Amino acid sequence: MKITVEHIVASHQKKRGPLLPILHDVQAEFGYVGEDAIREIAGLLNLTRAEVYGVVSFYHDFRTKADARPTLKLCRAEACKARGVEQLVAGIENAAGDRVKVEPVYCLGLCSVGPAAMVGDKVYARLNEEKAAKLVAGI
Amino acid sequence: MIDKNALIRISDDAAALACGADEVADAFQAAGFSVQRVSSWGMQWLEPLVDVGGMGFGPVAADDVDAIIAGTADALSIGLIAEHPFIARQQRLTFARAGKTQPLSLDDYYASGGWAGLAKAQEIGPEAIIEALIDSGLRGRGGAGFPAGIKWRTVAGAEADQKYIVCNADEGDSATFADRMVMEGDPFMLIEGMAIAGYAVGANKGFVYLRSEYPHAIAKMNAAIAACAHLIAPFEVEVRVGAGAYVCGEETSLLNSLEGKRGEVRAKPPLPALEGLFGKPTVVNNVLTLAAVPWIMAHGGTAYAEYGMGRSRGTMPVQLAGNIKHGGLFEIAFGMTLGELVNDIGGGAASGRPIKAVQVGGPLGAYIPTEQFDLPFDYEAFTAADALIGHAGITVFDDTADMAAMARFAMEFCAVESCGKCTPCRLGSTRGMETLDRIIAGENIAENIELIRDLSETMKFGSLCALGGFTPYPVMSAIKYWPQDFGMSAA
Repeated sequence: MKITVEHIVASHQKKRGPLLPILHDVQAEFGYVGEDAIREIAGLLNLTRAEVYGVVSFYHDFRTKADARPTLKLCRAEACKARGVEQLVAGIENAAGDRVKVEPVYCLGLCSVGPAAMVGDKVYARLNEEKAAKLVAGI
Repeated sequence: MIDKNALIRISDDAAALACGADEVADAFQAAGFSVQRVSSWGMQWLEPLVDVGGMGFGPVAADDVDAIIAGTADALSIGLIAEHPFIARQQRLTFARAGKTQPLSLDDYYASGGWAGLAKAQEIGPEAIIEALIDSGLRGRGGAGFPAGIKWRTVAGAEADQKYIVCNADEGDSATFADRMVMEGDPFMLIEGMAIAGYAVGANKGFVYLRSEYPHAIAKMNAAIAACAHLIAPFEVEVRVGAGAYVCGEETSLLNSLEGKRGEVRAKPPLPALEGLFGKPTVVNNVLTLAAVPWIMAHGGTAYAEYGMGRSRGTMPVQLAGNIKHGGLFEIAFGMTLGELVNDIGGGAASGRPIKAVQVGGPLGAYIPTEQFDLPFDYEAFTAADALIGHAGITVFDDTADMAAMARFAMEFCAVESCGKCTPCRLGSTRGMETLDRIIAGENIAENIELIRDLSETMKFGSLCALGGFTPYPVMSAIKYWPQDFGMSAA
């Protein structure tokens, strides 16, 4: 059975304030929260499209356009800076090219073993040039 | 040669996993050993740490496993883990189980004193619970340091058909990971604390607002809630996942986010304790605040208050991070000096170079020079020094750090994460970043520093919440203590 936006909204019907859980599920299922999805969610929750779009655009996690590339989240926060992440950025971006999307993230909670990164739900620590290159190549 | 029947224990905490704990566990299993996955001791520089019948080895790579089995891994041996100075010097109340129990095992939790706090709470009743909490002197561990008992009493006294317990698990500050470690390592303790809070104030529903950057904590909390639902009924707990907005760690912004709205800050009053989630009286407490509650109930408020100094009572799980040799979680009574924490416990900079600065309290905390290392870890002492303890994360920087770049980053971070509701934060951060760019480029340095000073005052006093209000701390402290990094002559 094909999962639709309607199914997802229905699965959160009993929750109070269900919009964020809905948006997370829609993005997990379709890869993004597009204009059609926003229209449909708004209709089903009796909100305006502007209200739903306002929420989607507020949070860094949600995107409104499809992007098939895998994402590498690289921590650029203070503790990882103190451990030298900035020196790795250019190399990682070069290796990633157009194939992998490199996004900054502000803290993965791995602050004593940085530089740290996350791909999907998998976390990586103690990155150096060699490990970072291997990580990007393996994505 | 180690005993073939020896129990091997390896953490499944995200820091251990990120350092390769799964590969090490697989290698032991492939060699015929049974491996138990436990919480982390918090000695993160030794992760993956392998516990063989109490003896520790770390940091272990999969390639080292044969040597450990053969008994020839002396270079990795740290002796008895519990007697390691990093552990022996701690006063672990909240992290008493760290490294010792399987996070999702109800048997382990019972066997290590779990649910004793809830049982005691149910025996003494709501009023006595709140009294004990006030006696304990426990202050909100999220950063603001507000007395938890007073907050609970306010919610308990509010008349409403529905009240809520909200656990703030949006641990976004760099250098902090204690909340993550509680949720991944001892999730039942947090749930027990929430259930006690619910019983004390008359709330039957709790939410854990957990950041999306913590997938392992989300999985553990959901599994733990499902496993113990029958033990906390009629109280219910639900995890709600954030969506990458740092500002949602601010309590009113968090409440808006929980309601499914943009995470914009609300003006106070009304206090969330009276009009919080969905307009109902709500206890909003940090993970560490709620996690301290079961111990306080089981041992009494005065026992907790025996730890600490001044008006900072109890223990604080200090997080040693950044360029530090012995990074990890160090729980200790308030009062230890910053220098002891960073140098004696933390072993100085991991790079072996001199320390230039430490930032305490995350991205909104001041940069502190080594000259102030005699500062005791105490809310009031830090405030008096224009610094903050915040969530007790300490980031160490060695002498290669460029403090002008760090000041610029503080403004940049504020600009990226501002919710946009108030002008000083929304516009001030961007203008601050541009002005710092000009200073870094060497343009009219003295004039532009004056502008930053003026802007910082406006942000500090004109912002609605701590994001805009505290961003000036890292910026102004960097200018004050390292003027040479901004192209000025040293003061």
